[in-house]
Amino acid sequence: MRPILMKGHERPLTFLRYNRDGDLLFSCAKDHSPNVWFADNGDRLGTYRGHNGAVWSCDVSRDSTRLITGSADQTAKLWDVQTGRELFTFRFDAPARSVEFAIGDGLAVITTDNFMDNVPTAQVKRIAEDLDDQSEESLLVITGIKGRINRAVWGPLNRTIITAGEDATIRIWDTETGKCLKESDKEQGHQKTITSLSKSADWSHFLTGSLDKSAKLWDIRTLTLIKTYVTERPVNAVDISPLLDHVVIGGGQDAMNVTMTDRRAGKFEAKFFHKILQEEIGGVKGHFGPINALAFNPDGRSFSSGGEDGYVRLHHFDSDYFNIKI
Amino acid sequence: MALEISMEGIEARARELGVDLSTVDLDSITLPAGEDFGIPSDDEDFLRDDDPMELEMGFANIVVVDNLPVVPPEKFEKLENVIRKIYSQIGAIKEGGLWMPVNPETKKTYGYCFVEYNTPQEAELAREKTNGYKLDKSHIFAVNMFDDFDKYMKVPDEWMPAEIKPYTPGENLQKWLADEKARDQFVIRAGTFTEVYWNDARQKMPELVFQKQYWTDSFIQWSPLGTYLATVHRQGSQVWGGDDKFERLMRFAHPQVKLIDFSPGEKYLVTYSSHEPSNPRDTHRVVLNIFDVRTGKVMRDFKGSADEFSASGNISVSGVSWPIFRWGGGKDDKYFARLGKNVISVYETETFSLLDKKSLKVENVVDFCWSPTDPIIALFVPELGGGNQPARVSLVQIPGKEELRQKNLFSVSDCKMYWQNSGEYLAVQVDRYTKTKKSTYTGFELFRIKERDIPIEVLELDNKNDKIIAFAWEPKGHRFAVIHGDGPKPDISFYSMRTANNISRVSKLTTLKSKQANALYWSPGGRFIVFAGLKGFNGQLEFYNVDELETMATGEHFMATDIMWDPTGRYLASAVTSVHEMENGFQIWSFSGKQLYKVSKDHFYQFLWRPRPPSLLTPEKEEEISKNLRKYSKKYEQEDQDAFNQLSEQERKRRKQLQEDWEGWVAKWKQLHEEERPYRMELRDGEASDDEEEYDTKEVEVEEVVDVHEEEVPFELDQE
Repeated sequence: MRPILMKGHERPLTFLRYNRDGDLLFSCAKDHSPNVWFADNGDRLGTYRGHNGAVWSCDVSRDSTRLITGSADQTAKLWDVQTGRELFTFRFDAPARSVEFAIGDGLAVITTDNFMDNVPTAQVKRIAEDLDDQSEESLLVITGIKGRINRAVWGPLNRTIITAGEDATIRIWDTETGKCLKESDKEQGHQKTITSLSKSADWSHFLTGSLDKSAKLWDIRTLTLIKTYVTERPVNAVDISPLLDHVVIGGGQDAMNVTMTDRRAGKFEAKFFHKILQEEIGGVKGHFGPINALAFNPDGRSFSSGGEDGYVRLHHFDSDYFNIKI
Repeated sequence: MALEISMEGIEARARELGVDLSTVDLDSITLPAGEDFGIPSDDEDFLRDDDPMELEMGFANIVVVDNLPVVPPEKFEKLENVIRKIYSQIGAIKEGGLWMPVNPETKKTYGYCFVEYNTPQEAELAREKTNGYKLDKSHIFAVNMFDDFDKYMKVPDEWMPAEIKPYTPGENLQKWLADEKARDQFVIRAGTFTEVYWNDARQKMPELVFQKQYWTDSFIQWSPLGTYLATVHRQGSQVWGGDDKFERLMRFAHPQVKLIDFSPGEKYLVTYSSHEPSNPRDTHRVVLNIFDVRTGKVMRDFKGSADEFSASGNISVSGVSWPIFRWGGGKDDKYFARLGKNVISVYETETFSLLDKKSLKVENVVDFCWSPTDPIIALFVPELGGGNQPARVSLVQIPGKEELRQKNLFSVSDCKMYWQNSGEYLAVQVDRYTKTKKSTYTGFELFRIKERDIPIEVLELDNKNDKIIAFAWEPKGHRFAVIHGDGPKPDISFYSMRTANNISRVSKLTTLKSKQANALYWSPGGRFIVFAGLKGFNGQLEFYNVDELETMATGEHFMATDIMWDPTGRYLASAVTSVHEMENGFQIWSFSGKQLYKVSKDHFYQFLWRPRPPSLLTPEKEEEISKNLRKYSKKYEQEDQDAFNQLSEQERKRRKQLQEDWEGWVAKWKQLHEEERPYRMELRDGEASDDEEEYDTKEVEVEEVVDVHEEEVPFELDQE
């Protein structure tokens, strides 16, 4: 499994996203321009220029026509995937971090950071089919969370929104009323900042990664803790294989704690765990800094990782991978 | 005790007072601040009764000076000045800390005064130094600690027979040795927890024996035979042991104790503290106590300035070479000795006084060490007078103090002594200057202690200029290993004190070239050795069989900082302790280099195998067992197999269970997914496809002009 190195960013990667067909890979980084790549051979197709700050996350619509990005320049932008044209800008008074389209792509949830005097929020915007109808108005604003929200995603049938972040708590919110329905258990749940959250292909369960050096698998409807995967380093990125019962977990020591020259020192490995047995299967090394982003191709036959080192590494699995016995 | 108040008593009292108990919410009662109504708190704060830290807040730093002249008011000031002068020499007197009471009727002093210092240590020193001080013929100071007055007042005037306590059988302190599965214990300290585990190699994980938070204030230590676990606190040291519950067996009060050391036979415990002087120009004051471990009695204490106790600084632990007292004479704890200026002071433990009432005089001695088994001291005196007087190593027999053997050495720059653990051999590593004095080279002087006249043999390495990185004797054996060489990949050589046809001749067994190693760890049983590349070498481990001269396995515990064999030589632990934040934890290996299991712990400070006392079997019996090992091991092999089968059976069951649980979840999700399908379709504007590949593939050909470029291409006919 020789990885394809994709060098298109000058700053650390922040987020990776495949489109539904699995032929395009979108990458966000702390430089201001998200890129789109061919997911098969790693050729760069284009760049979305227009942001004026680090881009924290993105999402692509089901038909791969539109891209939404959230940035530290206090905006979220809609783009035309094919032409790279900027379609619309949502302005906020704090950096926008997590973005996601809802089922049907008619809605998007965008989170804003606690910045200056602003409390962190998760806001629901209507995404109009016709650009002329597009407005900046929020349908719903979720507040009441202390500490940054690192990820907010839609639950089944757009009825709920799930948030996770600095306060180490996962919450499920009602999208009709904006009320908090469920909170993760303090004992069972994460002990430190949740850095990442990734849903299974059918949106039935999701995986969270935390600086407490663990990743946890939860039922999306009941918020029941199903599995815990323990690693040796802070977790920055997680994803669930859509094909096999595997999960991938990446991270590494904070750059400030890494004084060693040896790249093994920080454990910048993407670790694979068996989803059900919670046992480690193997690891993929290569990055020279912590892994900040991970994504499985929707076909489950390749995955990519984005690191603090500014590289995206695209890995196609060998046939051995599909025959792993544990 | 609060618990002894019976409910009936309370009810009776309540009736007496006319209180209806059922209307009283007992939990709402709070006691006034500072009042406990004689009800002791449940939170047992150990060592409270003799907690000198608490006394420091009280009167421990006050001395009472008696037998002063009784003076009228005119002379009051003069006397006060005299006293102030005497007592401020010892330490700074607190502001307003000198108080001489005056009789209000006669206006004369009472003939005593109080002096208050900043620390109890200074007060103690003042008492020591000025008690019996002659101011003049009729006034001889009687100085006492203020706190002692209480104690003396309590002494009853009439003699009372001592109360004889009934005998209570103690716990079996050796219980861990009787483990059915013959496992070994180890203790770890991580975060605020101290935990004792069985090393259960069969189950491939440790089994918790006992765990306690905040068990120690600084570190933990096993006694040399494994009977006690010592913890160190501000107020002193404590030892724990017994059955699996690790009850406190004894405590040893020693305020601000820093270092502790057991005697090899674990009869005595030496504690050390050093106190900052109130006058920064003074040196630190050092206090050493030697306790009897079983009775808790102070057998002898030593006090003095730090200078007196650091005559030489070879192994420096926070400014002192520890242990200050080195125990000699094997497991009987008969002697202990300390290095002084031009002397070695040898004490014996019968009376805890100097042997023959005087120290062993050795001009300029810088280092000494005891034979591990016999009362023999090896000492080293460096070169003197610019090389006119040679350096020397000599062996001195105790208690006779006669020199058994001496060897003069020339142009020596440094010298290290290594005893073989059964006291048969002594290796002296000598660094000598070359002729130009610009560099040094190393050789060994090997002493055969058990042979007649103690023959000495000189051994030089093949390459004399190699630096010696590590040296280690084979425990109970006749071989030793040396890491030598310059540069990042040194060589490792093995030597034997015997050759095939002459048992008193040293010979080289082999040299292994270019090894990534900087430390040697012999198995306690000998025969096997691990070369480790710690710290700079990232934790490379090589397991080597010295009988066969072959490598059994290599391994790596990335960034390992410590390597420890278990006392039986069956397992090896490698650990990354909290010298840095990363990778903290430990791994257990088999003696042959198979990694058995691994545990990660944040803030991992200590890993210590519990030592075992020496075997009680005679050498003949041991010989017999090793001859018939097959017979004995059969039983254990069967147990191993059973455990293994059981483990795999359990594992199979566990996996099956997990798989079934998971399938339960999946089935539920599938059902919900189906139920939600119509709603989902609605959300997608009636688009039928849910997640299946139902969309049509359209082939669209798009031609895009990327760039138009015009270029003149010169056409040359004669290019061919």
